[in-house]
Amino acid sequence: MLEVSNLACSRGDHPLFSGLSFSLGAGELLQVQGENGKGKTSLLRTLCGFMQPVAGEIRWRGENVEELDEDYYAELLYLGHHNAIKDELNALENLQVSAGLAGGELSEKEALVALRRMGLKGRELLPVKVLSQGQRRRVALARMLVSQAPLWVLDEPLTALDVGAVGLIQELLGEHLARDGMVIFTTHQPLAVVGVETRHLILS
Amino acid sequence: MKKMSLFALLLLVIRRDLLLAMRRRADVLTTLVFFVMVVSLFPLGVGPEMDMLRKMASGVVWVAALLASMLSLTRLFAADYADGTLEQMLIAPQSLSVLVLGKMVAHWMVSGLPLVLIAPVLGLQFDMAPPALAVLVAGLLLGTPVLSMLGAVGAALTLGLRGGGVLVSLLVLPLCIPVLIFGAGAVEAVNSGLNPAANLELLGAISVLALVFTPWVTAQALRISME
Amino acid sequence: MAINWFKYSAPSTFYGLAGKLIPWFALAALALFVAGMYVGFYVAPTDAVQGEAYRIMFIHVPASILSMFLYLIMAAYAALGLIFNTRLSSMMATAIAPTGALFAFISLWTGAFWGKPMWGAWWVWDARLTSELILLFLYLGFIALHASIDDPRRADRAAALLAIVGSVNVPIIYFSVKWWNTLHQGSTIKFSGTSMHVAMQQALLLMFLACWCYAIAVALARVRSIILERERATQWVGELKEVQS
Repeated sequence: MLEVSNLACSRGDHPLFSGLSFSLGAGELLQVQGENGKGKTSLLRTLCGFMQPVAGEIRWRGENVEELDEDYYAELLYLGHHNAIKDELNALENLQVSAGLAGGELSEKEALVALRRMGLKGRELLPVKVLSQGQRRRVALARMLVSQAPLWVLDEPLTALDVGAVGLIQELLGEHLARDGMVIFTTHQPLAVVGVETRHLILS
Repeated sequence: MKKMSLFALLLLVIRRDLLLAMRRRADVLTTLVFFVMVVSLFPLGVGPEMDMLRKMASGVVWVAALLASMLSLTRLFAADYADGTLEQMLIAPQSLSVLVLGKMVAHWMVSGLPLVLIAPVLGLQFDMAPPALAVLVAGLLLGTPVLSMLGAVGAALTLGLRGGGVLVSLLVLPLCIPVLIFGAGAVEAVNSGLNPAANLELLGAISVLALVFTPWVTAQALRISME
Repeated sequence: MAINWFKYSAPSTFYGLAGKLIPWFALAALALFVAGMYVGFYVAPTDAVQGEAYRIMFIHVPASILSMFLYLIMAAYAALGLIFNTRLSSMMATAIAPTGALFAFISLWTGAFWGKPMWGAWWVWDARLTSELILLFLYLGFIALHASIDDPRRADRAAALLAIVGSVNVPIIYFSVKWWNTLHQGSTIKFSGTSMHVAMQQALLLMFLACWCYAIAVALARVRSIILERERATQWVGELKEVQS
């Protein structure tokens, strides 16, 4: 259970939002909404601990995340604007390294299964720099398939994806929520999961 | 999926960075060429008298190594910062310090170790005696890792800043002075018939200190810079 | 009587306090400086070995000592700001840095003037002079890093980390430079007797105190500007007399 109470954030001198409180329980899907520059990305980055909140606190399973530190990170999957993949490495190497950084040793077989499900069959061993934007995004999103973290923080996961891939992501989110996972995300495209009600958090 | 041990993580990061360096070989070569070029410029500047060159050799090689290691520092975190990998490293559930240590080791293997290996050849250009050469290489072997480690602190602090390359040298070079003094001092001790052990031991002590503290400091610097 | 120190850790209250303290420290600095100069130039006798040239030490020695002390104080403030997230401490660190760098520079400059008649050279690679030069580099690094980061919070924190690393390094650098210097047989300035004349000590002490007062006054004046700049969006700054006019 993620609880945010009275959170205030600013970028430089510029205050973004304050007094923000919400909580996210098992199996819940939360969409952060707001115009550009209202602090959607900043909120997600604060949840990941990249930014220090000006005020307020974030608790995970009842404890402050700053104190939990690495124990919290073990239960967190973050996908940002950047794909966090290396052009020089191939899709397989990229996925194995990402999984390694997230604390798990991924066998080649497991990685290949995940990449194929992401629709990258036949491209597993190509350097990522020859792939299209959408395919690179798929390589990055393959992390969702191999992650065991209950809390997913997704910043614009659908950018550069085609209709088929969007369907696949919705399917993955559904599976994750069914496992009592939690998802907090931002998007400018419609994203809904069958059988799960999307909650909304509006920053203004 | 198995859980990863800290040591396996360290190896993973080192292997990844070496692999990336292998696929971007030009970067590695520039550092080495720069090092050789700077050292070769000195005789042209001060004249070809062998006596003087022999006396300056260790200092010249050390200063050139210092400058060369500054060159590659901005690249240490820049690529990971630009493509978002650094964010993933910050939320790695093991230890950020270990990840940073891995990057330091890889950086040294790519930019420090080649300097150590080519230094004897450059020493011969300056007509250094074999015992002095051996001490020079030993000193570089102990000292260049410190340059990578202190450099990582500077690189992390200047991450994403305008003119970061010059700034990082300004921050890191003064901190590297003890390494320069003991490294060049060891060679000088041998040349004047003294035992270089004290200098080398102090260099070793500095390396150990750096190994203990700099990964953690760099990790903190990265967290500050990512805000 | 319990004084509420935390009250003054808020920039808004400290701004007023600093404004009241500055004239006192400035006046004290001026008075001590005049007194120190008088004792140094008219009362203190000519040195048997160094002649009149030694008198430059009345500015050289206090400047050197202060440049080192100020670095440690700056690092301590920066560390406080980093650990306890107190904005005022970080502002103090930023305010002290230019004064520290100035003293390091004065120390080098006067050292050169002293060196010319004593050693016959403007610059000698003496252990203390060399350490002072490195100290100046450390100050410049701190200032440059702080200046090149736009976000003040990140600038404070990054510069603080650098100052801490620097202050841990200072003893190592000093020791290594000394070691290097003995290897190269450097020369140091020696006085004729084992102890200095009383008037010389008095002049030195007066000048030392003058430099302290000057440093405090200037740092406080600078921290006031920094507070205004950083807090310009707040209500209390808008209500200040000097801002409204």
